[in-house]
Amino acid sequence: MLSWNVIVLTCLLYVAALFGVAFWAERRARAGHFGWMRSPLVYTLSISVYCTAWTYYGAVGSAARNGLEFAAIYLGPTLVFIGWWFLFRKLVRIAREQRTTSIADLLSSRYGKSSLIGVFVTVLAVIASTPYIALQLTSLSLSFTLFSDGSANSSLTAFWIAVGLAIFTILFGTRHVDANERHYGVVTAIALEAIVKLVAIASVGLFVVFGLASGPSDIFARPESAELLSADIFGPRWITLVFLSATAIICLPRMFQVIVVENVDERHLATAAWAFPMYIFLMSLFVLPIAIVGLNTMPAGSNPDLFVLTLPLASGANTLALVAFIGGFSAATSMVIVSAIALATMMSNHIFMPLWLRATAGTPSSSGDVRRILLISRRVSILVIMGLGYLYYLLAGDGGALASIGLIAFLGAAQFLPSVIAGLYWRGATRTGALLAVGSGAVVWAYTLFLPSFGGSLILSAETIANGPFGLGWLRPNALFGSAISDPLVHAVIWSMAVNITMLCVGSMMSRPRALEQLQAKIFVDVFALSAAGQGMSLGRTAKSEKLFELAQRILGREQAGRMFTEIARAQGKPSGLPDADPALTARLERALAGALGASSAHAMVSQISGHGTVSVPELIRMADETAQIVEYSHRIEEKSRELEISADQLRRANERLRAISDQKDAFLSQVSHELRTPMTSIRSFAEILRETDQIDPDQHQRFVTIIHEESQRLTRLLDEILDLSVLETGRTTMRRDPLWLDDVIRQALDATEPLMRRAGVQPDYAPGAEIPVLADRDRLAQVFINVLSNAVKYGLGLPPRIKVEAVQGPQEVTVTITDNGPGIAEADADRVFEKFSRLGEATLAGSAGLGLPISREIMRNLDGDLTLRSGEGGACFVITLPVVEQSAAAE
Amino acid sequence: MTKRVLIVEDETNIVESLSFLLGRAGFEVQTVADGALALDKAAHVEPDVMILDVMLPNVSGFDVLRGVRANPALTSTPVMMLTAKGQSRDREQALQLGADVFVTKPFSNADIVAEARRLAGLDG
Repeated sequence: MLSWNVIVLTCLLYVAALFGVAFWAERRARAGHFGWMRSPLVYTLSISVYCTAWTYYGAVGSAARNGLEFAAIYLGPTLVFIGWWFLFRKLVRIAREQRTTSIADLLSSRYGKSSLIGVFVTVLAVIASTPYIALQLTSLSLSFTLFSDGSANSSLTAFWIAVGLAIFTILFGTRHVDANERHYGVVTAIALEAIVKLVAIASVGLFVVFGLASGPSDIFARPESAELLSADIFGPRWITLVFLSATAIICLPRMFQVIVVENVDERHLATAAWAFPMYIFLMSLFVLPIAIVGLNTMPAGSNPDLFVLTLPLASGANTLALVAFIGGFSAATSMVIVSAIALATMMSNHIFMPLWLRATAGTPSSSGDVRRILLISRRVSILVIMGLGYLYYLLAGDGGALASIGLIAFLGAAQFLPSVIAGLYWRGATRTGALLAVGSGAVVWAYTLFLPSFGGSLILSAETIANGPFGLGWLRPNALFGSAISDPLVHAVIWSMAVNITMLCVGSMMSRPRALEQLQAKIFVDVFALSAAGQGMSLGRTAKSEKLFELAQRILGREQAGRMFTEIARAQGKPSGLPDADPALTARLERALAGALGASSAHAMVSQISGHGTVSVPELIRMADETAQIVEYSHRIEEKSRELEISADQLRRANERLRAISDQKDAFLSQVSHELRTPMTSIRSFAEILRETDQIDPDQHQRFVTIIHEESQRLTRLLDEILDLSVLETGRTTMRRDPLWLDDVIRQALDATEPLMRRAGVQPDYAPGAEIPVLADRDRLAQVFINVLSNAVKYGLGLPPRIKVEAVQGPQEVTVTITDNGPGIAEADADRVFEKFSRLGEATLAGSAGLGLPISREIMRNLDGDLTLRSGEGGACFVITLPVVEQSAAAE
Repeated sequence: MTKRVLIVEDETNIVESLSFLLGRAGFEVQTVADGALALDKAAHVEPDVMILDVMLPNVSGFDVLRGVRANPALTSTPVMMLTAKGQSRDREQALQLGADVFVTKPFSNADIVAEARRLAGLDG
């Protein structure tokens, strides 16, 4: 018999060796010498953490009780690895690109980074794993006590084991802040333990088959063999077990940790796909022989869960027993360590850190502080998990067989499966659906399997378990709604998974995903399509500045982006090429982009590229394109509104013009009224005088009648002028085009104005030159000359008064200038003299209707000529132009 | 005692009819045709009534009225304004500037004479 001290010493030495290996591996990894640590073999061996003390010891127990049923536990993972390896490939790819740290993180991230899902999954995982960890403690303490002759305190042993494992886990599991980084020390130690496990069980197996028995044929000839093999195992329970073990390899936190999080290369999965099934085949190869021989040779009532140990011990093979013990020790410790790391990451990231961040919200803290807090939080989590495991061990004791405790944990973890699978393959799965699924599945699991496993000592009383709550039979935990499924495990699996999947589908279809959920759904479901585009989400440092440049180009435009990056590169001391993606660059780019996108979008985009990317670059680019489209669209709107502004301006100006015209019309009417009233005043007044006065001397009578007559004529003339102007302005008249000598017309006008001139004491200065032919309406043209001449007289002349008339034939036109030496017309008024009734100032020349010049100008324009005022000549200088006519045309 | 009336008007025919009417009514009639000369003339004549046209050459009737009211010797002289425009805006401006009566052309002889007599204080 091995002494207690030898066992303890061996354990300590073994643990010290593990420490050494882990330290050594960690140091090599630190130094960058990865070598075989990154080999697919180490990866595969680390997956063997699936084989815990439960499988190490419990499989034999299970085989001894139920025959081949134990094989289901190995069959599930084998099927998954051989048939469903692509599921792992997708998980690994997503985890790499999303920097996933745990299954809680995976689900939370997939469902819109929901913190609530993270909490749900963490809590459920911890609850489900606690009995499982306790199970390892139980098996360890059991194996210890086996060597101690009952003198050792088993719970104290378990306590020290828990403490030791906690220390190991803290030392090697919390070295890095980044939970997504590989734990090389731990993984190497686990791989070593995997070899130890296999060697140990194989040694015991070989010893049993060829030492105790004489070969396989001897064993299978024993009566127990027939008994075990004849058991009808292929029922619902067997299928359930295959399902649960298949689920476990995906959903158990520690399996997710080693398969997905610790994976360094996707291609390792290809090796693991055959190597891991091979490993568990070897692990299970000797289970049945050991069980048969154990049942056959060991005294009745001995614990079949411990046959692996007791068979060598009973045969006096002490060294082999020690090896077997170390194998079991390895199985238990590796499981506890990896579970603790996985659960601690989840607890810390999804429960402790959010709480701490909330508690310290608003207080600025350095990044160093956060790192420290993060590590402390993870270490505390490890202690909590170990403490829970130990507590459970104390409370539940060694109640129940090893296998059943493991299965409870499996079904708890299985509640994640629908949400994981849907998350990977169904874009329609939503956060609400996942929350309902995990929540409801967990409740059913707890009610039908977990709580009843305490046998009435936790929450559910024995009375409730037997007869349902409040005596409601249809709510019995083992027979919900009266379902007649005899096996509580099968019952719990069917009900919890049915509720879980139903809630997932219904919840997802009834709820609307938020934008982030949709985005994450796309990233998860289409992970390969997105990374196949060569623009994977995780960007190397060298790729960063390129990607930043591309983003900048998309938003700022090629030129501006180019200018900015060149400038930064030069500031960094690089004469050519892109600048390094340092904080200065990202900050500058962010500021530049903020102008186009707004600060928050810019920050999101830049930090996606420069920080830990959670959105794919194609996705980002698409967002950028959309933003550019929006910017483009708003440019177009701006343009449109500018056009509208312009046309509004045009309308306003047109309106102003119309108003001015309307004002002119009003003024014109007012002027016409004034011009009509003046002669009418004289006519009325004299008419009244003549009517009312009897005695009036004949001369006066005659004179008054003459005035009335003149004023009547003036009135008529005024009306004629108004009508004339109206006709001329609307162009409704046609002028005669008679061939005339210009000189004749000028003389006619001078004759007509002769009395006026004489009264003003002016002799017009006119020297006819060569004959100039024109085509015009004689009376109209004469009217123009008369108007201009009389206008000159009316507006006053200088002393001595002078009026000069000149006619010149130019190459293009015939010009007649009429110049006086009066006060002249200010340049500002040059246009106004051609306005109707304009009198240059409030009051200038009374007695003139003020229509002469406008009419004259209209006449000249109708004759294809013009009437203009030339300024700056001292007096007023009117210029009358007419088109040139061929000499012959004028000849009569 | 004969009352003096000063007619400030550029339309000669209207001046003639007014002179005839007011002369016959017993006024001593003075006339001026140019707004620029009207003030000097008024200061010189010191009329008992002024008949002032709005539309005058060079200086408008309103400006003349302003000058008249600014002159202490003339400030209380009754002024009758004549206009051919007859817009209410002109009427308001005239009354605001201190015109006593505002008459729109064409006018009735009887009204003009009656108003002139009333302004000159010949009635009652």
